[in-house]
Amino acid sequence: MTTITNNKEEALIVKEQDVVPLRNRVKEYGVKIGMSILNQTKLITATSELVRNLLKYGGGGKVIIESVSNGRENGVRVTFIDNGPGIADIELAMKDGYSTGKSLGLGLPGTKRLVNEFDIKSELGNGTTVTITKWKNG
Amino acid sequence: MQNNLLGVLKEHENKLLTIWSQILLDGGSEDGAMEEEESKEFASLFLSVLAKSDEKYENSQEFEKVQDLIVGISSSRGKRGFSPRENAQYLISFKEACSQVLSELIQEPEKLYDANLKLNAILDNMMIMTFEAFMKGREDVISRQIDEISEISTPVITVWDGIVALPIIGTLDSSRTQTVMESLLQQIVDTGSSIAILDISGVPAVDSLVAQHLIKTVSATRLMGAECIISGIRPEIAQTVVHLGIDLSGITTKASLASALQTAFEMLQLAVVKRKKIVE
Repeated sequence: MTTITNNKEEALIVKEQDVVPLRNRVKEYGVKIGMSILNQTKLITATSELVRNLLKYGGGGKVIIESVSNGRENGVRVTFIDNGPGIADIELAMKDGYSTGKSLGLGLPGTKRLVNEFDIKSELGNGTTVTITKWKNG
Repeated sequence: MQNNLLGVLKEHENKLLTIWSQILLDGGSEDGAMEEEESKEFASLFLSVLAKSDEKYENSQEFEKVQDLIVGISSSRGKRGFSPRENAQYLISFKEACSQVLSELIQEPEKLYDANLKLNAILDNMMIMTFEAFMKGREDVISRQIDEISEISTPVITVWDGIVALPIIGTLDSSRTQTVMESLLQQIVDTGSSIAILDISGVPAVDSLVAQHLIKTVSATRLMGAECIISGIRPEIAQTVVHLGIDLSGITTKASLASALQTAFEMLQLAVVKRKKIVE
């Protein structure tokens, strides 16, 4: 399915203080397309999860927020790009309760359940890119 | 005088000041006159240093004095509410005035160019310093505010004998959780409370890290022999937490602070009874 990008912006994330402004930006995108409170909360929670991963494992990186449309519905797409060490075993990382850090191990699998589209690409030594899309009524 | 092209400026200090003041006024600055005192002080010190030291402006001790002075001026201007633009304009106009005076004094183009080049190098460097001072002044204010916010944002309230409540507003990150946990545990000891209510109505989103922090806080309170209730879980937060797969079943959670208080009363075997109206 082809999607059209209506609006786009980039943000650099290097420290924990960048998380809250980014989340607010993502929320604004959701509000603009008329997303329900529930979907907004799911989207910002997913963003928050991934941006924490970006900081913790990727050592910071870039986040792209897009307002997208597939013709029938509008949505928000967020892409997280880091140049960290990458994920050795994506399948394992996507399993509930697995964590290389001391966290609950719910970040990646939980995020996948919160959004409509979830795509992860990672190369050892070359960083990780995660793209999530949340449709307005998804 | 070959090696001190800029030294000649000292002899024309008054003229320079007049031009400078005029440029400042033309540039829309209202108080060209008000700051005349400090401007005079700066100009005279700067020019005398230029006249005294030959060529080695950057390293001389006197030059440090000039820099201290201009840094002081710009930070005081910052505090008095000048905009960054006005702050930058201050030195730029000084440079302009110097150039004007120089072009009248030095006839040979080569020497004039040379003098201007040196002047630019010195004043540009100063401009960077004043800008840094200006920014630092602002940053000091911000970091003071951050400290203040994190201090006042974790008030532990004794709502009843033996019950403390802690409303959390804003994002829970690691450092914040630490403060929250510390003040909560301390308050439990101080008041001898056996029930703590953590109200998260003001937390915009609960992700796995926040949940983990909450679970840790609850475990710590339990270790202290107190029971912890989490209240203020909004419907959308509840659904998000379920989708994320976070297990909060081991924790007593309530939708509102009122129902948490009610549960706390039950735990303490207290009852709120409506008083009977006494009819005479």
